[in-house]
Amino acid sequence: MSDLKRTPLYDLHVALSAKMVPFAGYEMPVQYPMGVMKEHLHCRAAAGLFDVSHMGQVILRADDPETAKAALERLIPQDVLGLGEGRQRYGFFTNNSGGVEDDLMFANRGDHLFVVVNAACKEADVARMRAALEPEVTVKLLENRALLALQGPKAEAVLADLHPQVADMRFMDVATVPLAGAECWVSRSGYTGEDGYEISVPLAAAKDLAQVLLAHPAVEPIGLGARDSLRLEAGLCLYGHDIDAATSPVEGGLTWAIQKVRRAGGDREGGFPGAGRILDEMIGGAARRRVGLQPAGRAPMRDGTPLFASAEDDTPIGSVTSGGFGPTVGAPVAMGYVDAALAKTGTELFGEVRGKRLPVAVAKLPFVAAGFKR
Amino acid sequence: MKFTEEHEWLRVEGDEVVVGITAHAAEQLGDVVFIELPDEGTTVSKDDEIVVIESVKAASDILAPLDGEITEVNEALVEEPGKVNDDPEGESWFFKMKIEDMSALDDLMDEAAYKKFIG
Repeated sequence: MSDLKRTPLYDLHVALSAKMVPFAGYEMPVQYPMGVMKEHLHCRAAAGLFDVSHMGQVILRADDPETAKAALERLIPQDVLGLGEGRQRYGFFTNNSGGVEDDLMFANRGDHLFVVVNAACKEADVARMRAALEPEVTVKLLENRALLALQGPKAEAVLADLHPQVADMRFMDVATVPLAGAECWVSRSGYTGEDGYEISVPLAAAKDLAQVLLAHPAVEPIGLGARDSLRLEAGLCLYGHDIDAATSPVEGGLTWAIQKVRRAGGDREGGFPGAGRILDEMIGGAARRRVGLQPAGRAPMRDGTPLFASAEDDTPIGSVTSGGFGPTVGAPVAMGYVDAALAKTGTELFGEVRGKRLPVAVAKLPFVAAGFKR
Repeated sequence: MKFTEEHEWLRVEGDEVVVGITAHAAEQLGDVVFIELPDEGTTVSKDDEIVVIESVKAASDILAPLDGEITEVNEALVEEPGKVNDDPEGESWFFKMKIEDMSALDDLMDEAAYKKFIG
């Protein structure tokens, strides 16, 4: 694994006996001795600490902050100009054919925008932003900060021990907060469906902060394995699986993240790559839809499982894009794409697993209700 | 006990062998969430894929260790797959089989050889 990069917490993961695996060019902990199942359940019951330092942290800055906001709106279908200071939004880069190039979080931090993108896409995202936004906006990929996520119902109590200000933050608030002696950029958000925080911390302080958090009896380190089952139960997309360059936000069920002002009839309608297709689909509907899938039996239906309308049909009507066992649900859970006509909750379908057609029903997402503090 | 390179253990009980997976294999698999067992009475050949075992991470197969006939399967594992992680080399056997040639057992690893095999 010599070509792989390491996060500033690599030594800590090894000291915690994590099983390290290659992920998006990094050596990352897939699980700790506790194991995926218990880590998942612990995060839902108390608090879990995740190292997400492999993700890309980017600053967009212009002489006038409004310039940077207006410029980012050229690349994403979200309302950036209307995002208040100290607030964050979920968004996605689209391409000219209306597909999703990556999903992201962006925050208005007063004199600049702070953007967090997926590890596997960060170089491409930075290149895309440089090409479209420079020179009026400077695009800076930060190499001097780590990113931690503290997630779970006890995350507030744990982090408030370090600084009481974090308890006053609402879901998707962002603030600069001193933690473990360092200037941290904290947002009340995450990707588990639980309440919690994402914390951008200077490299030099990352290990100290992680150790202070792990010293709390409610906190356990959580690996990528449980991160995946947590986000799947929460109905959240994994880029490259549940959404990709060929899936539109309408197919992906992400229109909730396209604010009214950017939709047809809005004041700043369109103006992002693929707007023609995306706005058309928002009115006329898409041919296929991302749905939750609840297998009837115990067999997990994993990524790539073909879906059929009946036990006999030869032609698949869709496929699973994420699937596995949901520890909180206590049963297999999955997400995938199906023909729009078969996307209604409760529709009975069949997934082909090891040559057998097994029943699976279209299910409401999320599988586990979100615990956000709104 | 005898061991295979596929991380199965075999224990002779009268004229049958009891088969399960080793503690090492269970640990590598992680939390087991699904098990599909063969039908009792099935005739199997060495290396046939006869058990499906899925963990939180991935699906894998368990191969028939030798030629023979499945005489009994451990249905309790189907109901509670997690038992494999709790007691892989004891209560959580997968199936019992009558093997055609008991002397074939001699070709398998003993415990010392298996320990060396997994390093």
